[in-house]
Amino acid sequence: MPTTPFTLIDNGQRHEIDAMSEDSTLRLATKPLLDALGWTQKAEGLCRGDVCIPIANQPDLITQQGIDLLALGAVLGRKVAVDRQESAASIGEETAANRAQLAQGIAPDFTLPDLSGKDYSLSSFRGKKVLLIAYASW
Amino acid sequence: MWQALYEELGDKGFVPISVALDESAEAARPYIEKANPQHPSLIDTEHVVAHRYGLINVPAVVWIDEDGKIVRPSTAEYGTDMFVEFHGRKSGPFLDAVRAWVDTGEVRTDEEVPSHMPAPTDDEEQARAEWALAWFLHQQGKTEAASQHFARAGELSPDDWTIRRGSMPIQGQNPMGPEFFELFKDWEARGKTTHATMAAERSS
Repeated sequence: MPTTPFTLIDNGQRHEIDAMSEDSTLRLATKPLLDALGWTQKAEGLCRGDVCIPIANQPDLITQQGIDLLALGAVLGRKVAVDRQESAASIGEETAANRAQLAQGIAPDFTLPDLSGKDYSLSSFRGKKVLLIAYASW
Repeated sequence: MWQALYEELGDKGFVPISVALDESAEAARPYIEKANPQHPSLIDTEHVVAHRYGLINVPAVVWIDEDGKIVRPSTAEYGTDMFVEFHGRKSGPFLDAVRAWVDTGEVRTDEEVPSHMPAPTDDEEQARAEWALAWFLHQQGKTEAASQHFARAGELSPDDWTIRRGSMPIQGQNPMGPEFFELFKDWEARGKTTHATMAAERSS
């Protein structure tokens, strides 16, 4: 079945995954996409660790042609932006988890590099009072 | 400025973590090298922090305690009074509030401090996804396609300066130029949304 190379952006990471080109629904190759997002297809549904999301009521989500990317985003609670002409899409954060953290006043963790490329995680500063300052040159 | 505060309070279990929401390390480098910080000074080209904290503008300063809890939601704070005539927020009371927090654990607030961190709406989450796609397309040299997704992101989240102003230098616009003043007028006309007003409108 004819495919075209497609790029999915997830948190700044680029995943190259084949898209089925002869379908009005945007479908990406099933296993590479699930692997990229950290999910496994099992009898119970889509699973990650101990968590499984049942998908039996969505027979069109995963077909021989691949996974419907927009429908998968809805199942996972992640927003998807698509540009089919440019064969690219991005998938957002896990909205519910992020919202729950903010609602409980938990500082969401992040890992970012400094100018020299050394990574720092917020969580490694437990035990200190942290002043988080977001700024920009613009 | 934050480096001076770190020198003053670092021995008391305090650390500033600054995060530049710039399009590249090179864009942030001159500022960072001038400040020469000994505390973590990080680069966030993908706007991860803006996304996870639902930030809509810079500067945005959040107090996080020893257990990783947000004890004072984000406000626009400045380490100096260099642009105080423009934004009207003096640095002195804020720096004193930080000193009191580090010394006694007291969390001082004022009318600018939101009651909680407002969670992003569905449209704002969609705007982040559009922004990330635009940023990728731009880096691929697909300028035309990128500008469409930057615009879409701005329509979905019109009060988010990290999206609307943050994409100006990427698109070759001057973030201090006419487009900025247009954006500022638009923001005023729509009610001068800040984190404090968002928090008042949205329950936690």
